Amino acid sequence: MGVTINSEPLIRCDALGVAYGAGFVLENVTLHIRRGEFVGIVGPSGSGKTSLLRAITGSLAAARGSVEVTRGTRIGYVPQVESVDWNFPITVGEVLAMTRTRRHWPRTTRSERAEMKEVLEGLGLHGLEGRHIRELSGGQQQRVFVARAMFGKPDILILDEPTSGVDVRTRHEILHLLRDLHSKGSTILLTTHDLNGLASHLPRLVCLNREVIADGPPRETLIPEVLERTYGAPLHVLEHGGMPIVLDHDYTSSEVLRDTERQMRSERETRQ
Amino acid sequence: MTIALDLLAPYDFAFFQRGMVAATLAGALCGVLGVFVVLRGMSYIGHGLSHAVFGGAAASAVMSINFFVGAGIWGIISGVLIGRIARRKIIGADAAIGIVTTASFAGGIALLNRYGQARKSIEAVLFGSVLGVSWVDIAAILAVSLAVGAIVLFAYRAFLFATFDPQVATVSGERVAAIEVMLMVMLSVTILVTMRVIGTLLISALLVIPAATARMITNSFSRMLMLSPLIGALCCLAGMNLSYHLDTSAGATIILVAAAVFTATYLLAGRRARLRVASLNHL
Repeated sequence: MGVTINSEPLIRCDALGVAYGAGFVLENVTLHIRRGEFVGIVGPSGSGKTSLLRAITGSLAAARGSVEVTRGTRIGYVPQVESVDWNFPITVGEVLAMTRTRRHWPRTTRSERAEMKEVLEGLGLHGLEGRHIRELSGGQQQRVFVARAMFGKPDILILDEPTSGVDVRTRHEILHLLRDLHSKGSTILLTTHDLNGLASHLPRLVCLNREVIADGPPRETLIPEVLERTYGAPLHVLEHGGMPIVLDHDYTSSEVLRDTERQMRSERETRQ
Repeated sequence: MTIALDLLAPYDFAFFQRGMVAATLAGALCGVLGVFVVLRGMSYIGHGLSHAVFGGAAASAVMSINFFVGAGIWGIISGVLIGRIARRKIIGADAAIGIVTTASFAGGIALLNRYGQARKSIEAVLFGSVLGVSWVDIAAILAVSLAVGAIVLFAYRAFLFATFDPQVATVSGERVAAIEVMLMVMLSVTILVTMRVIGTLLISALLVIPAATARMITNSFSRMLMLSPLIGALCCLAGMNLSYHLDTSAGATIILVAAAVFTATYLLAGRRARLRVASLNHL
């Protein structure tokens, strides 16, 4: 994609331990994120994904080890769409402007409006400044919060479960959007449950379950041994078009797969 | 001509003019803060804090301390305490408000029972006396209105960010805890200066009804912040005049007018607008 990855990490977690009370949710986590990288963190519920993000963003203190964010790094945080209050009286323009708190007045300046227009156009949201956030489609809603983060000119974009609770079409839109942002030089870190729809498309994956189980490209991380250690249950992996597909059941010997294959073959033959 | 003269008749009285100015200012002030109260799902706080301030008022009367000083300190401490308890999220904001304010109210009652003083001034605090306000009261409401207006305007984006998305605001470096404390202090001081006008029992209505009405009219935060004080001020203006002509309590009439405006907006607004109000917590 032509993205330059700088060797100096923007975020450096070294032997990081995070605890709620006496119980550790993260132990001995070492993770370095460099400028220009696109990294996904995967793991089951309760594996510490959100705690890791909270430690990186400074809302949770390290109990052991350290987490360092390079001085002056601006973080653009995109929350889960499920955590947004969609009934709040707020327009797309107001969502973006709220991040510029150095300017206090409600009214946006001419330069802010020009920047806003540029960000919104870049994300396919042009002309929606005056629309209420609830009036948008699922993909547009997610993009508004990416736009808010981008409007703050971040050095790194952090997204918490960007495809959680969205339909297939919106998931595709989000994946394309993030790929596009990455190809333009954005550094991206996200958490996801979506192994096939999102994680397998990323250049680097971190499998997490209290500690880092594996760290590398999907071909090295989305393998049965790693997935079993991460999720605590056997998972099967198929390869399709050079990409790993994770199955929570061994369908390879099942009638369902044979039927599907037969159907696909017949469709191919019909097309030919 | 006669009707016009009749309508203007109450303005011949200086006490009515003072009451009118005080009530209109109080309506606008409560309207501004009501936006934050309603959107944060803390509609009960007006009711609760006014009870807490009652405790302070009782204590200051018993100890012969200046009303504004005693009740003000008491109210601010209660407000900040509610904010701190609610932020820890061990119990909800509604429970935090219930515990702190009822304890404060009970403290006031116990003090009065024990020392049995100042019954008259406490009744004034509970029910208000809009026609008995002095220019000092008006000056206090005006000063607080200007201060609140300036703070909300100068820190508009930070207040909006912290109200809409406190988690991301914190990540972005906003001092969300400080903003919440500031909001509680503004609320406590507002209740303190308006309680003698409309009474503690009716303050919560002025904090909630204009903001909820404005929510049905607009989908924009900035417009809601302009509409809510306007509705609050107009309801007070109309309520004061009606109370004179109908010979009813000024505080009660103001609230009835506000409730009528809310009902009319609710009926005239479309289904979607009604759903916006239905989605407001604790309303």
